[in-house]
Amino acid sequence: MRNNSKSAQVAIYIGLILWLLVNLFPIYWMFTFSLKSNAEIFGENVIGLPKEWLWSNYASALGTGKMGLYFLNSAIVAVSTIAITLSVALMGTFALTRLIWKQKKTLNKFFMLGLTIPIHASIVPVYVTLSRLHMLNTRWALIIPYSAFSLSMAILVCTGFMNEIPRDLDEAACIDGCSVWGIFFRIIVPLMKPAVATVGIYTFLQCWNELMFANIFISKTALKTLPVGVQALSGQYTTEWGPIGAALVLATFPTLFIYMFLSKKIQESFIAGAIKG
Amino acid sequence: MNRMYSNKLHILIFILPALLLFCAILIAPIGASAYFSLFDWNGFGEKTYIGFSNYKELFTSDAIGFLKALRNSLLLAALSVCLQLPLALALALALGKKIKGERLFLSVYFMPVLISTVVIGQLWLKIYNPTYGVLNVFLRAIGLESWAKIWLGDKATALGAVLVPTLWQYVGYHMLLLYAGVKSVPPELREAAMLDGASDAQVNRYIVLPYIKPIIKISVIFAVTGSLKSFDMIYVLTNGGPLHATEVPSTLMINMLFLRNRYGMGSTIAILLIILCFLFALIISAIFKEED
Repeated sequence: MRNNSKSAQVAIYIGLILWLLVNLFPIYWMFTFSLKSNAEIFGENVIGLPKEWLWSNYASALGTGKMGLYFLNSAIVAVSTIAITLSVALMGTFALTRLIWKQKKTLNKFFMLGLTIPIHASIVPVYVTLSRLHMLNTRWALIIPYSAFSLSMAILVCTGFMNEIPRDLDEAACIDGCSVWGIFFRIIVPLMKPAVATVGIYTFLQCWNELMFANIFISKTALKTLPVGVQALSGQYTTEWGPIGAALVLATFPTLFIYMFLSKKIQESFIAGAIKG
Repeated sequence: MNRMYSNKLHILIFILPALLLFCAILIAPIGASAYFSLFDWNGFGEKTYIGFSNYKELFTSDAIGFLKALRNSLLLAALSVCLQLPLALALALALGKKIKGERLFLSVYFMPVLISTVVIGQLWLKIYNPTYGVLNVFLRAIGLESWAKIWLGDKATALGAVLVPTLWQYVGYHMLLLYAGVKSVPPELREAAMLDGASDAQVNRYIVLPYIKPIIKISVIFAVTGSLKSFDMIYVLTNGGPLHATEVPSTLMINMLFLRNRYGMGSTIAILLIILCFLFALIISAIFKEED
């Protein structure tokens, strides 16, 4: 019995380590070929560490490949989306959990529908509306739809956290003469930091990686976000792989960097988004 | 305070932004799409009302090939349920028993989920490259020259080649959900079963699995609806080609809209996708309920 479970243990470890390598290899390969010349990638040194570290690939990706621009665009869109999603969701959740009115339960359920509605549903009407309002090829064309599609998840997470804030705090603040706004901004919002972090991270990842809307609503190079930019860049450099690798690394780096420090929080935000919905 | 909290104006001010944003971008467009789907429309000119002709054409026209696209996405759904979920479950069960290095394994397995699908697609384009890609280079190196293929350009292999990176990316997602479930199993249940002499496998089978069934249900729903909606990976790797071998409803929809300017038809596909996603979610929930 002991022996048996020992060997089972070893088998489990071998399996886990194999899958670890399967996960890490493509990422390792991406990092190494971003620093190699075609000659190395195509034959001399396919999977080894780069012999000569070719930082010029990064210079090409940032220069001719415009990765710096795409990066900035993605950052602006992501930060604005997070700001809008959070303000709208925090206010909405305050009304749904604290304020007193009859239809709030129904309305909460209504918002939760958003967790299952695919973005396909809105692509034609939103495209047509944006084009009539001459808002295609503006940042708003992404920020508004992204905020809307992040909203349900944000309300879901905020509701959980806001319900845990004791109502005595509201009472006390009210007795001290706080208005609704005072209670909201001075009592509730400061206590919502964990929810803000969860929603912020989740929303960031959603818009940082989104392709379909970004591809359709933006055609101006100056406004393209990373996923679309990476596609454009790979069309530009069909024969040179180094700069493409560099672009892939540049697009991925911020996400992995944040993940290194906040892995637990990020995982929790995904669990919250899936299981509570 | 109750009077202040029941003030209609306050309620309106707090809820209105969320309600407007939500209705304008998520709810109203569903109605609008359903409406557009009844018209022949190029997006800017006059709309011509044609009733359900778009739906009829979609299901009967071989030129459009919607049924084939649907079959492809259902095949992807079936394969992800049969391959991805068991793998994810095995990993979750293994990690759920306080194994050394648990956090490290978990964090690495989940990493691909965070990377943009475009990046992963581009990376796999390079891996699959017929001449220089690591896959063919590796096959040649171990003497399996004849196995080396034009993975994404061959009708026979393209769909499979699209599936592999998708599985690779999302196993970690399902693993994380299931792992959270495994971790939520009360230790007393486990210990009681162990005291009764149950083996690891028996504990998993009779204690853990029934306990995490609701999460397995969520995973199955996500795997199926995710496959029905799949777009990014296919757009990057093949854009539906070669010869529609990897066409799925989403790529077809984008083609209808932005290559052929058939907005009515594009909306029809969008509506069918929404209906299918809800339908499958309901069916899967019903199957899980049946089993109880």
